[in-house]
Amino acid sequence: MTSTFSPDAAAALPGPQWLVDRRRAAAERFAGAELPSAEEEVWRYSRIGDLSLDRYRPSTADDADGADHGRADMLLELTAGASAVVWTVAGQITRVDLADGSKVQISTGDDLTADGPLGSVLGDTTDALGALHDAFAAPIVVEVPAGADAGQVVVVHTSGPEGVASFPRLVVELGQASSASVVEVHHGPDGVQSLALPVTELRVGRDATLRHRTLQLLGDGAWQIGRLASTVDQGGTLHAGTAAFGGDYARTRIDTTLAGRGAHGEITAAYFGDGSQLLDFRTFQDHVAPDTTSNLLFKGALGEKGASVYTGLIKIRPTARGTQAFQTNRNIKLSDDAWAESVPNLEIENNEVQCSHASTVGPVDAEQLFYLESRGVPTGRAERLIVRGFFDEVLDGLALGSLEDVVRASLEAKLERTMP
Amino acid sequence: MSTLEIKGLTADVAGKQILNGVDLTVSSGEVHAVMGPNGAGKSTLSGVLAGHPSFTVTGGTATLDGVDLLAMPAWERAKAGLFLAMQYPVEVPGVRLEEMLVESAVAAGRDPAAVAGTIAAEAANIGFEARFLDRPLNVDLSGGEKKRNETVQLATVRPRIAILDEIDSGLDIDALRDVSRRIEQLTEEGLGVLAITHYRRLFSELVPDVVHVLVAGRIERSGGPEIVEELEASGYGAEG
Repeated sequence: MTSTFSPDAAAALPGPQWLVDRRRAAAERFAGAELPSAEEEVWRYSRIGDLSLDRYRPSTADDADGADHGRADMLLELTAGASAVVWTVAGQITRVDLADGSKVQISTGDDLTADGPLGSVLGDTTDALGALHDAFAAPIVVEVPAGADAGQVVVVHTSGPEGVASFPRLVVELGQASSASVVEVHHGPDGVQSLALPVTELRVGRDATLRHRTLQLLGDGAWQIGRLASTVDQGGTLHAGTAAFGGDYARTRIDTTLAGRGAHGEITAAYFGDGSQLLDFRTFQDHVAPDTTSNLLFKGALGEKGASVYTGLIKIRPTARGTQAFQTNRNIKLSDDAWAESVPNLEIENNEVQCSHASTVGPVDAEQLFYLESRGVPTGRAERLIVRGFFDEVLDGLALGSLEDVVRASLEAKLERTMP
Repeated sequence: MSTLEIKGLTADVAGKQILNGVDLTVSSGEVHAVMGPNGAGKSTLSGVLAGHPSFTVTGGTATLDGVDLLAMPAWERAKAGLFLAMQYPVEVPGVRLEEMLVESAVAAGRDPAAVAGTIAAEAANIGFEARFLDRPLNVDLSGGEKKRNETVQLATVRPRIAILDEIDSGLDIDALRDVSRRIEQLTEEGLGVLAITHYRRLFSELVPDVVHVLVAGRIERSGGPEIVEELEASGYGAEG
């Protein structure tokens, strides 16, 4: 495999010795692993076959030096009032801002400890891209002490320059009965061919409540192959929301494990692909403990030659009696060339459960359109109203807070472009 | 003075001919009732006139003040002054009444700033609760509330000719009175009405000038309000 992603290169990155060792071991696993292929179910319909790692090199601290995050107004709005803000460029941590009295503890670089929560959800990854990530990531660990209300933590990931691969890693651990809101922004300028393999691990402790939101506004040349993996303990609640608009190929695999009795997960996404974008989502709702609930709602629109993939699995383990799990994916195609694949699945190993899944792919509803037209609304305007309305349900579910304006503006920009 | 003129109109649904040559003329201030048995083509007639995509016109004409309605997309027909109050108003998640009627006003060159006030006044007029105005269109509304909503829209858009497709279905007595009374008032201000229905009860407040009996896709008979009484006594079978 590519020498620029060698074990020596990985081990040369700064950090405590245990992290250096961890990186080297991961790089060695990567060197011995095959890249995934679209033959594998979880990569079906993906663009993984087009991934050429030769075109990229790992980012270095130099890539982040003096880099401009851009979008100053947007980022100012998003970070206002946050209890902590972490900035990365090309996966390199450039700044950690903690507000006075902030209840979160943030560790990076030499402050990271081997017995911390890094890897506590995903373990030692064995797949090639997971190992590659572990070999080159500079982790950010956010811990919220038991009982604390940590307010909002914002992590801004600015993508790398041309030809650079970045590996943003965020780990969030909430102590018992604590609460926090975490916003991750992935963004970058158009016209830059960069690769990002972001990984986020979320550990929601007993009776804790975590709201995690991802805003993906990558540039039109960016590739993203990301993971969001969570585990929710007894009585805990996770709201994981994603709004995805950018990237050339942008994939996120979202694993949510309901590990403790009564754990609850709300997993939502709104996405809008146009141009020749492919937005790719794989979800796993894994119910391990009894009386757990999960509710997934993904809604997307595809214009021009934009495409999306949604595949999802609800897995109910034999131990998960009394579980309720729901999975809904709806897609609107705004042009004949747009394409959406939607494959929900259930795997149920306990009979005392309530589960359902639903999926739709189709154009703007003809009856809804006729209703608006019959009141004198021109066809194009009517379609825009309907598409905007289609997203309302999921945007409300995201409880966007400070992200609301940005997400709505991104949606409007997409509508303006694809439905002029 | 406006006139909706329908001549020899024939139309298909999924390849099956439903309208077999309809002739009908409705002018400002007039109320025309179209009654008929199930399957006679009543809803097809309203759908064809409003431009619903599932109907194919195969012959004949329909003009509003001489303008060819059938050549226009649905929204332009509405802009030209035609309104369809639907039998089953469609739920449109996430779209609010006001934003829809603002778009409609902009397209028609009416003052969009006046829309909100008109909606509020018309809702109060017919007892459509203000709290429903902010709901997504027709979502979680009862049958009666949906018809009140249609009437608020009719009164806000102010068409020249309104087609009421079974606006009386799903209405309780109070709602029926509020809706039909308001439409009757609008006819006094010049609205022409084509009211399609099964039942006479709509006509206690909204008095028809002409009653047409539609059977097998054709107007079998037209006459004064006395036809309503006759139909009530003898049914449509006597027409066959």
